[in-house]
Amino acid sequence: MAAEPKEKKPIVEIRSYKQYFNEGKKSEVRAVKDVSFSIYEGETFGLVGESGSGKSTTGRALIKLGDITGGQIFYKGEDISQIKRRKDLLKFRKSMQMIFQDPYASLNPRLTVKEIIGGALKVHGLETDSNKRTEKVYELLESVGLNKQFANRYPREFSGGQCQRVGIARALAVQPDFIIADEAISALDVSIQAQVVNLLKELKEQNNLTYLFIAHDLSMVKYISDRIGVMNNGRVLEVSNAGELYEAPLHPYTESLLSAIPTPDPESERHRVRTEYDPAYHHYDNLDRVALHEIAPEHFIYCHEDEIPLYRKKREKLLKKARQYA
Amino acid sequence: MEETTVLEVKDLAISFQTFEGVVKAVRGVEFMLKKGETLAIVGESGSGKSVSTKAINRLLPEKNTLIERGEVLFEGQDLLKLSEKDMQGIRGNDIAMIFQDPMTSLNPTMTVGKQIAEPIIAHKNVSKEEAKEKALELMDLVGIHHPKKSYKNYPHQFSGGMRQRVMIAIALACEPKILIADEPTTALDVTIQAQILDLMNKLKDELDTSIIFITHDLGVVAQMADRVAVMYAGQIVEIGTADEIFYNPMHPYTWGLLASMPTLDVDQKNLYTIPGSPPNLLHPPVGDAFAARNDYALAIDFQQEPEVFKVTDTHYAKTWLLHPDAPDVTPPLKVVRRKEKYEALFSVKMYANSTGGGINGG
Repeated sequence: MAAEPKEKKPIVEIRSYKQYFNEGKKSEVRAVKDVSFSIYEGETFGLVGESGSGKSTTGRALIKLGDITGGQIFYKGEDISQIKRRKDLLKFRKSMQMIFQDPYASLNPRLTVKEIIGGALKVHGLETDSNKRTEKVYELLESVGLNKQFANRYPREFSGGQCQRVGIARALAVQPDFIIADEAISALDVSIQAQVVNLLKELKEQNNLTYLFIAHDLSMVKYISDRIGVMNNGRVLEVSNAGELYEAPLHPYTESLLSAIPTPDPESERHRVRTEYDPAYHHYDNLDRVALHEIAPEHFIYCHEDEIPLYRKKREKLLKKARQYA
Repeated sequence: MEETTVLEVKDLAISFQTFEGVVKAVRGVEFMLKKGETLAIVGESGSGKSVSTKAINRLLPEKNTLIERGEVLFEGQDLLKLSEKDMQGIRGNDIAMIFQDPMTSLNPTMTVGKQIAEPIIAHKNVSKEEAKEKALELMDLVGIHHPKKSYKNYPHQFSGGMRQRVMIAIALACEPKILIADEPTTALDVTIQAQILDLMNKLKDELDTSIIFITHDLGVVAQMADRVAVMYAGQIVEIGTADEIFYNPMHPYTWGLLASMPTLDVDQKNLYTIPGSPPNLLHPPVGDAFAARNDYALAIDFQQEPEVFKVTDTHYAKTWLLHPDAPDVTPPLKVVRRKEKYEALFSVKMYANSTGGGINGG
């Protein structure tokens, strides 16, 4: 669970981050329009949203894959755009690791699994002895649910799920402080998902790790996250504690997202009502007084100032209802 | 529901020749598919669910695949014995497939309209204009906006959800009797997934197609399936109606799958997990393949493969726990809760264990 507010120390701070692709051209894409949030040390921050919402782009900016268009990103109090020297970059990347979305594209097809995971250990000088390195690779493979005999195989010999586990093992190899998991478990089997999530939780407690967990599987995000941000169309629409977000989803987009999750229960599936979301809802002509407003402590909604009382009322109502059932 | 059987798979066993040896990917799979029903096949990667269904459509590489035994009966003929030429008359026509990744399974250099019209031209005796008309109809049916304009577009101009709609349009082009959907929504967002699943259910009702739905997402199964088959290590370990599998599962592997899902309403410290990883099918273990990962394993599980026990006329499970001499065990708490909830909801009592029988014996 998240620490008390007064002890909270942000490890990541994102301020008015913007990302435009093909800027100034006809094909300009405004992938991220305005994103601000902080991630506190030791917490798991879940970022959810559909493809194209900009959640992956935000994750990639955070780990310095490409230059950002606007705003600032701080990691451990340091503006990451100022990290330029190779040595500093190496240090930065050892501290922050990423587990990518596409399991095939993120592994070098010409290297064996042993070389891929061992490579991370070698580059950062963590295990110089080759035999010890192999042992370590075996250990890491076991921890992500792979047989150690797989060490000599190539990525193409694996299923998508197995490849993803190799990617996780590689990220864990350098013992980072902060891990960005971008849809990292969506390709895994249910039983393995639970293993990996438990493993991620375990590692987090042992090493005081911080996670940014980007995903579309909301039930898993709820389970693993302390706080959750909901993104749509390049903006964060709602940020809240995980429990409250599910009890009292305030933004209509969050409601529609929650209503779309299929649950493993045929009876409730037969009666499920889906809420459709009209994107026109958060299209404001004048952005003057529109921002991420704090409705209640630690619960933010992207809305116009005038809408705040309405959202407050809605929150009261939903929380009351949730408590009745509890 | 109508009880006509459209497809019957009997004792199917498939192995692959690899440089390490022979991998026994499918080891005696049996199931049947009724007209207009959706059968979901769930299981982990490598459990043989995709291999079994690819065998039905004869899509496995001939070079290293060995069909050891078994039959796939469709309209009275064994598909495994057909010549490639005869098979081409069935594949994409009577039995169509939708794959997981719409980007890699569409041709990037061909307009989507042409790709939808292609199977119609190949299988039906129609002119190009008629095929185009039909393709436009299909695009409208699956919810692609502005069919006329989109007809000339290429796959890269579509989003993931729209590409999957194109795949569905191609699969439905010849009004197949059987639609095999291999993880069709795994790569999609939940909201898009919900749309695609609704679409598939709607089309199933309209066209009375039978669907084999392969997935590892039990939420999707609950939404789609009339019946569910659970696969493990190349075998079906439990099969039954959706209610039977979700509310009264009998096999410890099914228990593990259901218990390891986080649910939105439950707070847990740790998720239940199935320990270890699936067996290496280069050397399938003696006895029950799941025994090594099974908290409920009996001594006999390590020596002898379980029989298939009949629970009801529609529900079968391959576990020694159903043997009359087996000790009583209590499933994980979450599974017990499911049963209680269901019983309370319908004020019915779920059946307890019962005697043996064949998987299609009912």
